[in-house]
Amino acid sequence: MTLDEMLASLFPDGHDVRNDHSVLLGSGPLRTGGRALVIGIADRAAVGADEAIRLSSYVLSSIENGSGPILVIVDSDSQRMSKRQELLGLNEYLAHVAKCLIYADMHGRPTIGILYGHSAAGAFLATALATRVLVGLPGADPVVMDLPSMAKVTKLSIEVLEEKAKSTAVFAPGLRNLAQTGAVHITWHEAVPLVDQLEALLGDMPDARDRRDALGKERSGRLKAADIAERVRGLALQAR
Amino acid sequence: MSAAHTQRAKLRAGRDGTVSWVEASARTRVRLLLDAGSFLEFIGPEMREVSPHLQVFDLPEQFDDGIVVGRGSLDGSPVFIAAQEGHFMGGAFGEVHGAKLTGLLRAARDIKSIPVLILFDTGGVRLQEANAGELAIAEIVRAVIEARSAGVKVIGLIGGRSGCYGGGGLIAGCSSALAVSEQGRIAVSGPEVIETNRGVEEFDSRDRALVWRTMGGKHRRLLGGADAFVDDTVQDFRDAALELLRSAGDFGIDTLKAEQFRLEERLQLFGTCPDAVDIWKAEGVPDADAIPALPADQFISLADKVRRISRDAR
Amino acid sequence: MEDLSFSHKARQRAVGTKNMAIIGVVASGNLEVLAERVLPDTECLVEIKTAAEGFGDVWDAVVADFVERTSPGGLKFSINDGGARPDTVSLRLAQAVRLMEEDDQ
Repeated sequence: MTLDEMLASLFPDGHDVRNDHSVLLGSGPLRTGGRALVIGIADRAAVGADEAIRLSSYVLSSIENGSGPILVIVDSDSQRMSKRQELLGLNEYLAHVAKCLIYADMHGRPTIGILYGHSAAGAFLATALATRVLVGLPGADPVVMDLPSMAKVTKLSIEVLEEKAKSTAVFAPGLRNLAQTGAVHITWHEAVPLVDQLEALLGDMPDARDRRDALGKERSGRLKAADIAERVRGLALQAR
Repeated sequence: MSAAHTQRAKLRAGRDGTVSWVEASARTRVRLLLDAGSFLEFIGPEMREVSPHLQVFDLPEQFDDGIVVGRGSLDGSPVFIAAQEGHFMGGAFGEVHGAKLTGLLRAARDIKSIPVLILFDTGGVRLQEANAGELAIAEIVRAVIEARSAGVKVIGLIGGRSGCYGGGGLIAGCSSALAVSEQGRIAVSGPEVIETNRGVEEFDSRDRALVWRTMGGKHRRLLGGADAFVDDTVQDFRDAALELLRSAGDFGIDTLKAEQFRLEERLQLFGTCPDAVDIWKAEGVPDADAIPALPADQFISLADKVRRISRDAR
Repeated sequence: MEDLSFSHKARQRAVGTKNMAIIGVVASGNLEVLAERVLPDTECLVEIKTAAEGFGDVWDAVVADFVERTSPGGLKFSINDGGARPDTVSLRLAQAVRLMEEDDQ
């Protein structure tokens, strides 16, 4: 699905989402009334400080203005890799986007990530992975660590890595593995209008509590994380 | 000399030896940072909660999966603490490693009155468990913000051999305040990754001076990416932790707005500077070229004069 | 990865009241040793998981020498090894016993 096709399917009655140098901003009406704020990254663009500062600005302005959900639409590369980005403190810019999104989610503007293309590493963390619910569209290809880079570091062939990836969802790229480990909550269907699927999701939103580790356990993608976190939390509460 | 610096110097004068932070293991840092004998570990090595994902790669496990978490006291007050072991798998985040920190932060959020010290020493996501590591970082980021929203101070200490890279850099950026030493580095992409992707002209990963100017503790302090610069000793990190716990601000919409303003201004002021030295000069640092060689205490005095730390942002 | 296990009789009980100690880090050329006071006074056990395969005889000798010298009765040592040299192994085992000799706080 192209960006325009996706936006048209999400908002069949029209929307005002604009693509300005690969940073998306706009809004669209919801069937249930009100409007959703739409922000995001398009064109598989790398996310640097210059993109991040705009995203955080849009999210911040929305927190005290309006009450609909925020859709975070993502087709990005990884974080922008350059001397300049690190010189300027890229980690702070990306962290700030995540902070704003999480704060918005905790204060009346539930966040829904929609991964329709690619995303990787730091860009993924700052955007799609900083939402309350992450939706994947068929064809999306999130990558935390690509197999060629992994092959180089581990000195194992791609074929060997692909073989190992058959029995675990924890390292190989792709929507299915990210759903199984709990990152992606739902994968939407191409054949059903996205506006319908969005309405269904909005009518059944989970509360603002991070359940991704529990989801990963339910789906047998991450068997230890939820239990270890809960055990540590329990021990810490007891130790007072 | 600033008042805080004089006080630090006085405390140091009475001590008998100072242990190097960068040379110490995670366990040693925790033991010496906290009040003697106060540390209680959660899911210690005897529980043998190792990574389930390393055997398939024929890699050795560590009983604590490379992170020590627990609680203790700092100058008599309770703290939660997490320390990454930078020598095990580069301190990288794996499923179990990350979950231990997530659980600690969620407890802090629920209790509301006990701060968290995170002793970062990490290259980022552990590639053998990349998806689990990335998710762990995302969950930690969420847990940090929830804890801070509940009034908890989350203080990061950065000075280990692996630095604070990748997703670790994002968690650090979400913290209430950071202390960093000369050995500490904070970045999202590591030097080798930038060179591999963009070429050696863009970033020569073997140029150590370049790496430190761009990502190292002194630059982060002068840029405002870290709040305190400390010498490479456990004592200095302890003093800084106490000071940051005292002075770090509350978290809310005003903090986020102040941060937005601070980061926008940084782009306007320094967005076209080709190198760290140009940023330091633009900030009015006298004799900017001499910064890298400046000893810690002189650097601290200079930094305190040049850049007042804003308590209302981050 | 290779798993090894060596059980020995010890002349006497390892002194001290501590029940658990940990020393070392798993990294190239290094190892961690977890010591636990869980066995009868005259027994000791060393279990090893190592990344360097085929050195069973060397481990056997190092462990036997260590048991003879320090007599760590009652202690079980669990090792995760990243390919350490024999002298580093001996050092860590000795450090582990010394930690166990301390009194519990």
